[in-house]
Amino acid sequence: MKQTFRNTIYLGLKELRSILRDPMLLMIIVLAFTVIIYSAASSMPESLHKTPIAVIDDDQSQLSKRLVSAFDEPYFLPPEQVASQVADQIMDEGRFTFIVHIPSGFERDILRDDRPELQVIVDATRMSQAFTGSGYIQAILQQTLAEFYAEHHLVSSAQVPVELALRSRFNPELNPSWFASMTEVIGQITMLSLILTGAALLREREHGTIEHLLVMPVTPFEIMLAKVWSMVLVVMVAATLSLIFVVQGILAIPIEGSLWLFAGAMLLHLFATTSMGIFMATFARTMPQFGLLLILVVMPMQILSGGMTPYESMPNMIQVLMSAAPTTHFMQAGQAILFRGASATMIWPHLLALLVIGLSFFMIALARFRKTLATLV
Amino acid sequence: MTTERAVDLQHVCHRYGDNIALDINQIVIERGAFVGLIGPDGVGKSTLLSLLAGARQLQSGELKVLGLDINKRRNRHQLYPRIAYMPQGLGKNLYPTLSVAENLDFFARLFGHGKAQRQQRIAMLLQATGLSAFADRPAGKLSGGMKQKLGLCCALIHDPELLILDEPTTGVDPLSRRQFWQLIAQIRQQQPQLTVIVATAYMAEASQFDHLFAMHAGRILAQGAPQQLCAEQQADTLEQAFLRMLPGHANYQPLDVSHRDHQHNEVAIEAHKLSKKFGDFTAVDNVDFTIHRGEIFGFLGSNGCGKTTTMKMLTGLLEASSGSATLLGQPVQGNSREIRRRVGYMTQQFSLYTELTVEQNLYLHGRLYDVPQAQLKIRVEAMLAQFELRRQRHHYPKEMPLGERQRLSLAVAMIHQPEILILDEPTSGVDPIARDQFWRIILDLAKTQQVTIFISTHFMDEAERCDRISLMHEGRVLVSDTPPAIIAEQAANNLDDAFIRLLEQHIERQASTHDLPLETVINKPAQKSRQFSLQRLWSYSRRESLELKRDPIRLLMAGLGSLILMFVLGYGINMDVNSLTFAVLDRDQTQLSRSYTDSVAGSRYFVERPALHSYAEIDQRMRAGELSLALEIPTDFAKRIARGETVQIGAWIDGAMPVRAETVQGYVQGLHQHWLLEQLQAHGYQVQNPVTIATRFRYNPDVASMPAMMPAVIPLLLLMFPAILTSLSVVREKELGSILNFYVTPTTRLEFLLGKQLPYLAIGTVNFFLLLLQAEWVFGVPLTGSFWLLTFASVLYVVIATAFGFVVSAFVRSQIAALFVTMLATMVPATTFSGMITPVPSLEGIGRWIGEIFPATYEMMIARGVFSKALGFAELGYTLIPLLLAIPIVLGLGVYFLPKQER
Repeated sequence: MKQTFRNTIYLGLKELRSILRDPMLLMIIVLAFTVIIYSAASSMPESLHKTPIAVIDDDQSQLSKRLVSAFDEPYFLPPEQVASQVADQIMDEGRFTFIVHIPSGFERDILRDDRPELQVIVDATRMSQAFTGSGYIQAILQQTLAEFYAEHHLVSSAQVPVELALRSRFNPELNPSWFASMTEVIGQITMLSLILTGAALLREREHGTIEHLLVMPVTPFEIMLAKVWSMVLVVMVAATLSLIFVVQGILAIPIEGSLWLFAGAMLLHLFATTSMGIFMATFARTMPQFGLLLILVVMPMQILSGGMTPYESMPNMIQVLMSAAPTTHFMQAGQAILFRGASATMIWPHLLALLVIGLSFFMIALARFRKTLATLV
Repeated sequence: MTTERAVDLQHVCHRYGDNIALDINQIVIERGAFVGLIGPDGVGKSTLLSLLAGARQLQSGELKVLGLDINKRRNRHQLYPRIAYMPQGLGKNLYPTLSVAENLDFFARLFGHGKAQRQQRIAMLLQATGLSAFADRPAGKLSGGMKQKLGLCCALIHDPELLILDEPTTGVDPLSRRQFWQLIAQIRQQQPQLTVIVATAYMAEASQFDHLFAMHAGRILAQGAPQQLCAEQQADTLEQAFLRMLPGHANYQPLDVSHRDHQHNEVAIEAHKLSKKFGDFTAVDNVDFTIHRGEIFGFLGSNGCGKTTTMKMLTGLLEASSGSATLLGQPVQGNSREIRRRVGYMTQQFSLYTELTVEQNLYLHGRLYDVPQAQLKIRVEAMLAQFELRRQRHHYPKEMPLGERQRLSLAVAMIHQPEILILDEPTSGVDPIARDQFWRIILDLAKTQQVTIFISTHFMDEAERCDRISLMHEGRVLVSDTPPAIIAEQAANNLDDAFIRLLEQHIERQASTHDLPLETVINKPAQKSRQFSLQRLWSYSRRESLELKRDPIRLLMAGLGSLILMFVLGYGINMDVNSLTFAVLDRDQTQLSRSYTDSVAGSRYFVERPALHSYAEIDQRMRAGELSLALEIPTDFAKRIARGETVQIGAWIDGAMPVRAETVQGYVQGLHQHWLLEQLQAHGYQVQNPVTIATRFRYNPDVASMPAMMPAVIPLLLLMFPAILTSLSVVREKELGSILNFYVTPTTRLEFLLGKQLPYLAIGTVNFFLLLLQAEWVFGVPLTGSFWLLTFASVLYVVIATAFGFVVSAFVRSQIAALFVTMLATMVPATTFSGMITPVPSLEGIGRWIGEIFPATYEMMIARGVFSKALGFAELGYTLIPLLLAIPIVLGLGVYFLPKQER
């Protein structure tokens, strides 16, 4: 028992030394937790930025010109006047996502109370832009029209006196970079822990040192546990530093909850992902094969964990499937802690799930690792 | 026949970075000569040979091969069919997953033989080398000797005038070695004009050459006939002569090996009917031996004859299928830690931790072997002293010469003072001086410390130093005795002869195949190599497909990768937000307040949760992430509205995920407005705006995610996967070394790339159809426009994508880098600059520029047009032009960046 503990420590220290001697890996770790986090946070694409918009102005009145000039930067490029005959064509080509059609006699019809119709044609194949953009266009048109109504006293004042006071909690300005940076940290934690443990095992396989270890009084359990603890440590330190210095420091994003609790959740998560890294590495013979596996495993795990789109909006089948992935629980727990300042008592189901997943992954990986080692030599 | 010299080399200097690998004034080799290059590893032999073969770019000096200046590309193209080159390393130019026949077929096609001729030549070469029986065995599963014979077959398939062999017999058993040289002799007899240049590290083999070049540190130390060299150095053997040529070794004396007598009492290692089976294959077959304490027991045999497997069974790394083995009186199967502490093991590759220094390696192993802390330092120092590694204590293994690494490896194996040392080919690749030094240590260990040493080797001189030796062949021990006894028993001159006789006796029982006339094989005119050959192209395609078929992970990636990812993206990047949870803190509890709650709960976006009772509860449940929206309806809500007072409804939205929060905001505002209108109408007001703003969502009236996502995802996947696969396929050859076959055969760059491209183009096209089917059947997004336009455009697009992979492959060296660089180089521009989210015209600066020229932009337009907008050739035909233009450009770049020689 004491021997096991000591061997695990020595072997783990060796792993740490190996990382220190591998400039490539060090660079990946540093980049992942600085540049990538920073760029994810700062380049969150605004879905509306200098959006091209076309106008078919069949009215050519005071009002129609006023409406046209209401669209301006940064959301929209100055609208381009097009003829109604080419409307279909430019929409087909996808050059414009939006076309506003002002019918002839528009201003006159309003003043006559003929209730004219203003058309906004949207290319709905560009989902996000279409959705947000049409909202903005509606609002801009409504506002310009409201000014016009007011000037001409066109609307009645009947109202139900109920106001809606909307407040968003945890991120009052709904700044997308807050979310982006933190999910990126969570994503990099998963990614790196897999790469590092996979590389640690495959390096030994490629150099033949694993065989050497096996003739020593060292068990597969010790070898695996050593890789797990050392890589967990590396990622924990890197991720925590990144949260403190990059996220809180440079990006100045407030963290609501306790970093200690987050570290605890991270520990459980990493236990599962490092085991997974070992498991995957037993299927690959070389780093390139591992890389291919990584793409096929990590991308689904990241994308479906709720880091990109809300987990609850996914189909039931996917939710069930993904509840077995550690990323799902870590993403939920992480969001709760970092943004909402949740306490352990609120997120314990996720923590428990992580523990169970971690333990079972470790056991599966160990069994598989033992088996591979037996056939390896 | 021309009378030009085979090789005429003047003032050639070759550097790798700052290291001078080769610095030679002159080498002249006449036609028909049989020339040997001798010297240990790393003296520049391989560099010289690869320059002669045209595989490596000449840096400086002049080199004429067969009378042609090899620096000119046109000349090289003419020379490739006249030269054959077999690089160093067992089966280095072979494709391990391809069978013997498939390997030969690949080379034969490259040299333009017709089908009948090809089959005839292959059959004859196989018979002449005795490989016919193994025609269907994968090259990777052949023994070392067979691999080299196959390599020779591949080299001879096109009937060359110059044969260049780089250490062809390293790691091959004595019999195969002799057979190999007999084969060469036969060929030379048939074809006196054939020039053969061989590099070798075995001095024993060197005496057969007509002319020798002795190399050291990139220079020629001496040249001449073997006898001449010996005479000059007054040496008995070539090895001795060579060592005396080395600076500082003029007085070299061979190691004294006096055989020692043992009190054969205590048994250290014993094997009894030890066997190991891998499936049908018996690697070790009923092996028996007994090794006594303090004895040096040598284990000989070719690569793959079962030596390593036997050793691994003794160390407990492998479990025996049957039989038993004991170490120091204890059975091995127990795998106990105790036994392991008494055994030291060293493998072929000197498995050291290259990231740890000499000292750190020793400390780590000492600790793992449980050397007590108090003694650890003493032991490490003792090892450093004994193995002369004190000066190198802070060096890393990578920086040390092979000989030093080998000593460190032994030191590591000795750190815990084992009683038994198991050494698996500890001296392969090490120069003679370092080998001597190593043996001095081993002999000393056995003599003074009574360590039992079980060692495997290829070198006969090493075998003679052992107390007893065993010869193993195909899993069996053929003989086991002292070296003099074996020689005497076989009535042979030396150990080498004795072994060959033993092997021949053993093999006689199997059919001998060596009497076939070779002239039918030789004397077939090699075809003139054309500038562009479909046959060579097709040969590469065939080989690439076969290799891919036999690599399950790459095949999985190629076949299903894009489908899996489409599935994931389809569900993952889903913009539809629904099933949002909300709860209400209703302080009014009137009909009116409930109607407000109902209006929210009734929408399809929201799911109501149990009511809230306090602010604290709002806080708690929102923090836990249970609620996306919390509403508060104030007290006297209904009364105050009736009085005409302004009331406020509070709404808290979980802003943690801004995208979701924005959607929630939109929904809530909409529902609120709707409720207000309902209330007004309920009170009899006519509410109507002077203007109706009608928003028409074209192509996707429900603004559903899937129809929008699918057409955007297809261009992404059809770019990324094919590009990764082709980029890997080139870089893989670079890493494994088989790219040499491209360097030294008449294959042109375009043939090479197009040949490799074809299989992936086929896979990409199949993938495209599968993606279409998945989009329609799984995600319910049907095509509305022209199927043929999309298919045509997508095939063009896959051609571009695969060619793009080639361009990337030119800039990376390792497969893992190829993988990630290709992924980034395709995904980033495809997602950000190709109009996937932001239309290209809204981009600025360089992004706009990339977007305009990146092919994904046009494929994206076509996919969207055909999927959602019901368009066809008439409306979108013009977008094919940029795709068509991109093909020659991207492929041209791939060809341009691909080197036809190593630098």
